[in-house]
Amino acid sequence: MVSHSLALPMICFTTLWALVGIVAPFFVPKGPNRGVVITSLILTAVCCWLFWLIAILAQANPLFGPQLKNETIWYLRYFWE
Amino acid sequence: MDSFFRSEEMCLVQLFFQTESAHNCIDELGHLGLVQFKDLHPGTADFQRRFVKEVKKCEEMERILRKQLYFVTFFDKLEQELKEINSNRDTLRQNFTQLTEINHLLHMTDDFFVEGEAGSTIEMSSSSVHSFVAGVIKHERFPAFEKILWRLFHGNFVLRHAEIKPHQEENMEKDVFVVFVQGDQVRGKIRKLCDGFHASMYPCPNNAAARKEMRTNVNMRMEDLRLVLKRTEEFRVTTLTAAAANLREWTAKVKKMKAIYYTLNLCNIDITQKLIIAEIWCPVSDLSSVHAALIKGSEQTGSSVTPIMNRIHTQQTPPTFNRTNVFTSGFQNIIDAYGVGDYQEINPAPYTMVTFPFLFAVMFGDCGHGLLMTLLAVWLILHEEHFRKLKNELVDMLVSGRYIILLMGIYSIYTGLIYNDCFSKSFNLFGSSWSVRHMFHPQGPWTNETLHNSDYLQLDPLVSGVYSGNPYPFGIDPMWNIALNKLLFLNSYKMKMSVIIGVVHMLFGVMLSLGNYIFFRNFKDVVLKFIPELVFMLSLFGYLTFLILYKWCVVIKSDSAPSILLLFINMMFFDYSSNGAMLYKTQKPVQIFLVVVAGVMVPWLLFAKPLLMYREHKQSKLVNHLIRIIKGTLLQQKYQNDKGVCMENMGDIFVYQGIHTIEYCLGCISNTASYLRLWALSLAHAELSEVLWKMVLQVALRVTSGMGSVLLAVTFATFAVLTVTILLVMEGLSAFLHALRLHWVEFQNKFYQGSGYKFSPLSFDKMFITGTTEE
Repeated sequence: MVSHSLALPMICFTTLWALVGIVAPFFVPKGPNRGVVITSLILTAVCCWLFWLIAILAQANPLFGPQLKNETIWYLRYFWE
Repeated sequence: MDSFFRSEEMCLVQLFFQTESAHNCIDELGHLGLVQFKDLHPGTADFQRRFVKEVKKCEEMERILRKQLYFVTFFDKLEQELKEINSNRDTLRQNFTQLTEINHLLHMTDDFFVEGEAGSTIEMSSSSVHSFVAGVIKHERFPAFEKILWRLFHGNFVLRHAEIKPHQEENMEKDVFVVFVQGDQVRGKIRKLCDGFHASMYPCPNNAAARKEMRTNVNMRMEDLRLVLKRTEEFRVTTLTAAAANLREWTAKVKKMKAIYYTLNLCNIDITQKLIIAEIWCPVSDLSSVHAALIKGSEQTGSSVTPIMNRIHTQQTPPTFNRTNVFTSGFQNIIDAYGVGDYQEINPAPYTMVTFPFLFAVMFGDCGHGLLMTLLAVWLILHEEHFRKLKNELVDMLVSGRYIILLMGIYSIYTGLIYNDCFSKSFNLFGSSWSVRHMFHPQGPWTNETLHNSDYLQLDPLVSGVYSGNPYPFGIDPMWNIALNKLLFLNSYKMKMSVIIGVVHMLFGVMLSLGNYIFFRNFKDVVLKFIPELVFMLSLFGYLTFLILYKWCVVIKSDSAPSILLLFINMMFFDYSSNGAMLYKTQKPVQIFLVVVAGVMVPWLLFAKPLLMYREHKQSKLVNHLIRIIKGTLLQQKYQNDKGVCMENMGDIFVYQGIHTIEYCLGCISNTASYLRLWALSLAHAELSEVLWKMVLQVALRVTSGMGSVLLAVTFATFAVLTVTILLVMEGLSAFLHALRLHWVEFQNKFYQGSGYKFSPLSFDKMFITGTTEE
């Protein structure tokens, strides 16, 4: 088992998608496609961030654990940890 | 800038130009591709139009050009030449055949004569002159020929025949024959017989020397003829290739002419026959370029009068024009396939550019397959022209959608990384959050004995240390990939994810409808339709999303965790009697409040708008009544008509609003459930890919003997073929279809009317790409 933190990935990925969705639109060059590109960036950031967030929240407080075969358990005990 | 979010503003313009410059002006406009000609004679049939003869002539030329590939050409001169060449060639061929036959004949009859002279003369010694007839006859006719000869001459003849070995220039089997008979008159009979059988007779000299001479002669002539034939063939080929080079040009010209005459048919010709009046729809931002094109066209004919453009205001609905580039046209096409947007309503295409590939990726979710799809798309993009040249319909469809496929692939890689699924295997980049060691003594309940005694064991997150307390930072924990109850966890996760994504998508759609109301200055509808719709959806399905997120964030003991579905159902029935625990303390009053609010929204949506309109109508009736009294009975007639019409309208409006309310409210529930297909398809994809791994590739990888490498090569080939056909093609198409349906129905019915008509300008570029004329 590796102990992660919850705060670190939260901050990391939220800033990443905030960069994509909030900061990057200011740097889109002027042209006929500016509006479309900005919309696409914002939508991408929202969708991808939401998807990641759902995945991490769903595992944050598990109600049950994985069921493993005894061979797998043996292997994990001696090789993964 | 704004143009892709809404369709462009269009204006109706009247054009006046001279008849002489008409052709050139329309030519220029066609190259510009920005104007749509309105039909000024909507009632007339095709054959009644003014330029119908010219259109027919163009069609005739088109037909001829299509057959050009075989033997007929367009210009008369060329046609004559080709005809001459062809007939010459046929005569030469005929001569050549004849000469060949003579050659064979001479060759074969040599043997006969030798045999005849050397052999027995018993039968023929008695008489006189024996004459002979030599010729060539078709092989299948020979037996009949022989039979009739027998009947004619009662056996008083000698017939010799030999087959001509098939030569490369002929394709019929022929026989050479020589008939020896007595007497001279019989020759006439034989000649008639030969004519009847279509056998060709040739003069054949008696003695060997003459025959030899004849043979050398014939050979010489054959050589000459061969040479001439070759030359004729070459000449014919060169003429045809020269014509073919121009063929494409001519076809293009004819197509353009036909389009121009068709357009002229739509215009009005002035009485003096000097002026043509046309009405066009054209984007407001392009008025100047249209004007420039017209000036250019009229300059080309050298006319002094420039065409006049006169913008007119009209109540008719203009066509919907969305300016697209090569990237956005694919997405605009899939939106238009369901329904072209109303004039200037919000265009879903820019949002679809991201949400459609994203929803596809949620259902496809495998980074290995996503990578393959991205590579395919890059290949299609780089070799676009090469693929278009193949002129295959399926390939054309793939190529038109290459940017869609690219985006689908890229998003699929992302969702595949989150699902932690790459050809059904997971990555362990950060280290799993689950620990097996802590389940054993001294922290946990297991001993080595428990391990030996049971086939499988389940980790318990309540034992300290088993679950690290913090989730895997990016995606699904790799431990789930090797767990036996993987689906139990993934199903719950994916179903809730689908509901959340669905509710967010639909809320987005409802917000877009607000954009439409504001643009069309329809502030009444904001209060009468938008607000009740939004509140209804938020209070019920927004709350459901909140429950899901809350349950995920809060720590609960597994046996006391309430099921969200049951919570939701009980909320709707106001059933708080069951002792299922609540998620949070004030849950009961909050839920009651939300359901009551949602319940109030329904009659608001159903009755507010029609009642308001009824009141307005009554007020205006009152005003009309007053005006009528003041102005006398002028408006009497109109008032009565109006009253009848308005009564109908009231009923209509109530019915319409009722349908809309039911559709929206029931639709909220059914559409939210419909988003569960995101879960269903991603489950199917993951299972299929797992089957391919377990039952195909793993079987070969487990073989330990030497033959394993050969087996692995064969098995990998099978694995690759199955992956591409089942997982990429079939699942890809399926996910594409379902993502498209989610957009067309669940997303767009919140805001899109889609009852406009598309702007179809006269454009020669478009004509030549699609290969058909503008209709």
